[in-house]
Formats: sequence, structure tokens, C-alpha cells
Amino acid sequence: MKNMVSKKVQVMQPSGIRAFFDLVLGMKDVISLGVGEPDFVTPWQIREAGIYSLEQGFTSYTSNKGLYKLRLGIHRHLKNKYDLEYCPDEEILITVGVSEGLDLVLRAIINPGDKILIPQPSYVSYGPVTELAGGVPVYIDTSGDGFKITPRLLEKCIDRKTKAIVLNYPTNPTGVSYRRKELEEINKVLLKHKILCISDEVYGGLTYDFDHVAFPTLPYARNNTVYLNGFSKAYAMTGWRVGFACGPQEIIAAMTKIHQYTIMCVPITSQMAAAEALVSGRKSTEQMKREYNRRRQLMTVELNALGLKCSRPQGAFYMFPSIKSTGLSSMDFSRKLLEEEKVAVVPGTAFGPGCEGYIRISYASSLENLKEALVRIKRFLEKRRSVR
Amino acid sequence: MDEILEILEKDGRATVEDIAKMTHKKPDEVKKAIKKYEKEGAILKYKAVINKDLVRDSDSEVRALIEVNIVPQKDLGFEKIAERIYSFPEVTSCYLISGTYDLLVVVEGKNLHTVSNFVAEKLSCLENVRGTATHFLLKKYKEDGVLLKHKQDKNQRIAISY
Repeated sequence: MKNMVSKKVQVMQPSGIRAFFDLVLGMKDVISLGVGEPDFVTPWQIREAGIYSLEQGFTSYTSNKGLYKLRLGIHRHLKNKYDLEYCPDEEILITVGVSEGLDLVLRAIINPGDKILIPQPSYVSYGPVTELAGGVPVYIDTSGDGFKITPRLLEKCIDRKTKAIVLNYPTNPTGVSYRRKELEEINKVLLKHKILCISDEVYGGLTYDFDHVAFPTLPYARNNTVYLNGFSKAYAMTGWRVGFACGPQEIIAAMTKIHQYTIMCVPITSQMAAAEALVSGRKSTEQMKREYNRRRQLMTVELNALGLKCSRPQGAFYMFPSIKSTGLSSMDFSRKLLEEEKVAVVPGTAFGPGCEGYIRISYASSLENLKEALVRIKRFLEKRRSVR
Repeated sequence: MDEILEILEKDGRATVEDIAKMTHKKPDEVKKAIKKYEKEGAILKYKAVINKDLVRDSDSEVRALIEVNIVPQKDLGFEKIAERIYSFPEVTSCYLISGTYDLLVVVEGKNLHTVSNFVAEKLSCLENVRGTATHFLLKKYKEDGVLLKHKQDKNQRIAISY
């Protein structure tokens, strides 16, 4: 039969990683440090709100933009937290997680051939989604600059076709984040070249050493930014699939157009639960954050003690240690660690070619699990040292 | 609450070294802080939380919550009479309560009989006790924030994801 799959899709997704993922999924009794979601279940009061909404018979579509109650909740939340104001009627759209928000904004702005800057290491979907939208991803390797994008790196990559940048901080997979001053410098470059900032701040609620700075709060940034966020990480609501996009009315309207044809609306049960999360979820998120913070500090000490160098991450729940001291490639390290000690991590190369020599470790796992994993990693490393 | 206390409240067996790593402090500092808490009585003791339903030869099998009405004493209020009550070894907890009665007393005994005897022969006959109402506990679902159920591995997360 003739291959029916489009050329665009045929070339997507690096196959090596997929095979590794399948290997992990096929194995039993693995301690996984490879999970990109919280190990907490959604706090009960939020789950209860979802159940109650079903009991009450809320089973219909909502408005395309999402429940007004939820948009208003987001409006208030951003106002309180960042003194950031978005009009719930025209500047906020409820999306199926940040994933949909990202897809929508890229499709809404890209003309064929437009370039989108993607600092790497980066979350895996940015490049492929850009390509699907007809854009050209321009990857910026930040591994030489402490995994941070700098004005100098930015200037080097900008040309006439550059339309936007996808920023993500705290960053998956490195846990790196930015302080206000650094962001201001980046913002200046973007404004100078009239480049739109797509700011994926889904881990913003999990920033440890300083206050998270929302990109649109920077000088003159609000009208040049699409702010993406969601409930998955901060409220442990990954499976509910609720995110939101805030931005200039004209872009949000364009995104809503696509959203109404492709998605219609986010499931009402999820929206009801998310609205409750904004009302009563804060205490739970603070508790989760404190717990992550302890694990973060413990893991930083332990990994460095094992000779897997990593700086203390500032946000999210990831560490990105170097495994260069072992002489193994990221993929070999991950595969051997899995086969010999049944510990799963994600090879750094999954997040960009510049990440050879690194692995991603997620500490969204119980302290018990983390400790056991450390014992196994230690054994694994000692075995290698004695062989060499 | 201090983070050290927060960690110990969750896991009384957390080691000084681990607490130090988790809180980004020096082990000596942590050790000192814990000693201080113990001395001040902020940390009273360390113990295991046991689900007695699963322990066959458990000594105490019946538990009752008893509402006690009291005539307060001049100058002393409830203190003296409360002390007389909570000093009985059968009493595991004792609280002064607002509302329709004064003390909530938790009593443990081998069986219904021993608990009733305690109420009838010890508690009710105290001079300042005006009346009691005894509620026997039928089932415990949750105690001090801990669910009294078999642990089930309910983790449905897929083992690896971006």
C-alpha cells in the first residue's frame, strides 16, 4: 500500500528515545526517576469539586473560551500573585493543558517559513509542533552558558524571518530559572527585534530560591507576550488536562478561532475542578512545594557526592546532572542503569543534541524511592570505576 | 513551623544527616536544634503509629470517648479535676472542650466491661463530675492524619514521560 502518512509526520520524533521508553515500560519493578509529573494525587478538595459537578449534572459544553468562573479565577489569581491584569472576556483562553496552548499560539502566528527560536535543552514538543504549524524551529544550544539563554546567544540567532521565541522557565529538563534582571535583558532584545515571547511558565509555582517573575510583568512585555500556564504541575492535576493562555486580545482571538474548530472546549468537569483549585488549592500546593524543595536539596548533595556534577536547580522537579565522568553516552548510561540496576532516567539527548553527557532525573518521587535509587546509582558507578 | 519539626513530625526516624541535606544546613546545626526542641519539650517523644486492628494480641481493644460534665472549682476552674481524671492510666487522651460538656476523655480497656466499670466506679463518682455520656468507638478510619487502611500501591503514573 502507498504510504498514507504525510512527509511532515514521517520525519518527526527521534526513534532512539522511543525505543528506550518502550524498554522502560516493558520492565517490572523499576524505580523511575523518569517521570515528568507530580507524585502527589490531586488534593481531595479539588477532586471533590469535580465529583460534585458531575452529581449536579454539569455535563455539557462550555463556552469556547472556557467557563467564565474559571477565567475570572485566573484573572484574580494573576492579579494577586503578579499584579498582572488580563481581561477574562478577551485575553484569557482555557486550553487542554499547556500543550494545546502552545500548539494554538504557534498555529495562530506562523506564516510558512517563519522562524521560531527554541533554546535547548527544551521540552520535546516545541520543535515538532512548530514544524506542524509550518514554521522553522531554530534551536539555540545553551549548554555552554549554564543552560540559560543570554542576550548574546539570542542576537546571534535572530534574522528577518524570526517571529517568536518559546521560553520555558523554570525549565524542563534542567530546573534552571531566571531572575528578573536576566529576564529584563532578554526582553530588551525581543522588543528591539519585535519578536513575540511565548512564555511557558507551567513550573512557575515551583520556584525555590527566589520569587518567580512572570514574563509579561517586565517593562513593555505584556503586549508582546503570550503567557502559558496550567494546573498540571502546581496542583498535581496532570490528568485533568487544564491549561490557559493569556495575551493580547488579537492573538487570543486568533487562538480561540482555532480552538473552537479543533477542540470546542475543555471538558467541563476538569474546568470545574480547576476553578476550585484556584479557590482552595493554595495550601496544598505550598505543602507540595516544601516537600519538593527538601528532595531537591537532598538530591543535589547526594548526586554531587556521587560524582554526578549538577548545580542546585532553582525550580520544577528536575535535576540535570553531568555523567561525563563515566565516559558513557547519555543513552548508554541510561540503558545500562536500567538494565543493571532497574533505575529509569531520561537521556539528556532527548531534550536536544547539545545535551550529550547529561541525564534528566525527576525528584517527583517519594523520599524512600529517591534514597533507594541513589543506593543503586552508587553501586552502578562503583562497578564501572572498578572495571576501568 | 520550623522545617526540622515538619520533617520529624512526618518521619520520626529521619536522620540528622538527611535532615541537614534536605534543609541545606550543617548536621551540627540540626543536631543542636533537635536537642533544644527536646529539652524545651517541643518534641515530647518519638513513637511508631500502630494500627492496632492488625495486632492480634493487643492489650487494649475497646476505646470509648466520654463526655464529662463538671462543676468547676473556685480559683482552680477545671484544672484540678482534669488532673484527677487524666492521671488514671486508662485515660489515653483528655481535652477541655467548649460547648455542651466540659471534658472529652478517651479511655481504653480490654473490653466493654472494663470500660463501663471505669466509668461507673471511678469517673462518675468523682465529686465534681456532674454527669457523663459514653460513646464506644466502632471503627477507626483516620487518626492524626494517617489513614488506617492497608497501603495500596495506587500509583498509576506511567514509568517514564517527558
